[in-house]
Amino acid sequence: MTSWLATVDPLFAHGVTWAVLLIVIIKVLVGFAALMGSVTLMIWFERKAISDMQSRIGPQRWGPFGLLQTLADGVKLFFKEDLLPAEADRFAFKLAPYLVLVPALITFSIVPIGGTVTIAGHPVLLQVANPPIGILLMLAMSGISVYGVILAGWSSGSKYPLMSAVRASAQMISYEAALGMTIVTVVLATGSLSTHDIVAAQAHGVWHWNLIRLGVVPFVVFLIAITAELNRPPFDVVEAESELVGGFHTEYSSLRFALFFLAEFMNTITMSAIIVTLFLGGPAGWVPNIPHVRWVFPILWFLVKTVGFAFGYVWFRAALPRLRYDQLMNLGWKRLIPLSLGWMLIVAGFLIRPSWGFLMAALVILAWTILTRAFALGQGREESVDSILPPVGERPLPGRVLRAWTDREKD
Amino acid sequence: MIATAYAIPDVLVFLTSALLILVGAVGVLAMRNPVHSALSLILALFGVAVAFVAQSADFLAAVQIIVYAGAIVVLFLFVIMFLGVDRRETVRVEPLVGQRVFAGVGVLITVAGLIALFARSHWVTGAIAVSSSGQALQTGSKNVTQIGTAVFTTYLFAFEATAALLIVAVVGAVLLARRERAADAEGSQS
Repeated sequence: MTSWLATVDPLFAHGVTWAVLLIVIIKVLVGFAALMGSVTLMIWFERKAISDMQSRIGPQRWGPFGLLQTLADGVKLFFKEDLLPAEADRFAFKLAPYLVLVPALITFSIVPIGGTVTIAGHPVLLQVANPPIGILLMLAMSGISVYGVILAGWSSGSKYPLMSAVRASAQMISYEAALGMTIVTVVLATGSLSTHDIVAAQAHGVWHWNLIRLGVVPFVVFLIAITAELNRPPFDVVEAESELVGGFHTEYSSLRFALFFLAEFMNTITMSAIIVTLFLGGPAGWVPNIPHVRWVFPILWFLVKTVGFAFGYVWFRAALPRLRYDQLMNLGWKRLIPLSLGWMLIVAGFLIRPSWGFLMAALVILAWTILTRAFALGQGREESVDSILPPVGERPLPGRVLRAWTDREKD
Repeated sequence: MIATAYAIPDVLVFLTSALLILVGAVGVLAMRNPVHSALSLILALFGVAVAFVAQSADFLAAVQIIVYAGAIVVLFLFVIMFLGVDRRETVRVEPLVGQRVFAGVGVLITVAGLIALFARSHWVTGAIAVSSSGQALQTGSKNVTQIGTAVFTTYLFAFEATAALLIVAVVGAVLLARRERAADAEGSQS
């Protein structure tokens, strides 16, 4: 038992004692507090940054630079009336916010935010947990958080939230495939699922980062897929205000609404951290040789990279128009999934032998050509003369369509 | 023998997972609302995942959550919502005549088979060794290596056959959906 735990985390090398248990509890509490604190900062940061990009001032009343605005909003939401729609499914309606929030919290636990520190003679990994399934935990949790969105939309007993829920389920399932494929590419190159090992494999300089070592393609695919998975702009058809009122959380109010927003911003931070972990070496970076504070610098590097991606998400929101639903699906199924699958095969080939890699590349290019031709054919068939709708005035009325159908049955 | 072989934490984990699975499984049948049934199914799948972890099959547990809970039940919910069958259904009517009798016979056969299995083979619940060679599954990152080696060497044929079966199913589904549209187009032409 102990030997098995030691392979996962060096903290358990000498058995589980009270000191070790205390360290684990402190790690969990610090991780939770850090995530909560960074969420309040993230909300402030997003509002301030997007205000600057839109030539507005943004929050400025509460605290210096409006820093306490999030706190004020939280207090306001806390004191609002908690509404339960008459048509709602009570159980699912109350369950849904937690199904979004809890996965968001758990996912952060696998992110390594620094190197190893020694506390009271125990080596401590600066990450809440290092399970052997590692990055798969993130996929599992994003799979669970889909339920929160679907159930919230369905249980509201209202039209627009239900549409939003259907969109959400389709979108998140489609993009999870591309997401999984790029993660497989990273795992292939590392040879381990554990996030600690993934970061350790990239520790020896910029050229070892997966961003460069795997070619830039998996990184780009992952960035797009994760943005879609987060339902953030430009992939926020789930919450499109101009089409669906507020999306799946239209009927929510008070604390439950706050929980949805908390989870959304938490996910934004966590996914930025996951990108950094998978492709940018996590806490890897230049460490000056100053005694006693050497362990601080990896954390700083990690924070700098993560904030960079968090800013990127705000920038996306300000700069990019929302994709239409069919564009979203086309991008996911016809571009990202074949691209990530092909790139995974090429990387796998090069890992065995360069000649295999070139063979794979040739095969993938061939498959890509065939696929492009197939898409073109399908597109042509869809836009052929029979299936184009006639202009609005010349469309058959529902009654006439029905008549045509029943008459055909008689023949 | 059983009493000495198992440590108390293992028994507690097993009881928890068994409780989750049973509550979920009964819930799937007992709930009137299809969406609640689907939720119970997720609970049961989670219980199975816990049982996998207890058997030190971490990878299987993760895949259980990702594939079954994360994709397949979402698809169930998708269909339930799309077809609008998320209403309470009456259990009084029997859509297929004699359905209940057949269901009862099926349950009896399954239970008899399970009892026969239990009577003839060793107890497997709670045991650490589940691999055919009699060795305990290695834990940690070795676990994935072991499963990968097994799937791509010993069980390669079964693995590829399953993949082929899934592809055939997908192509068949697309073909069936397409045919309806073609008939549609003919109808509008005539």
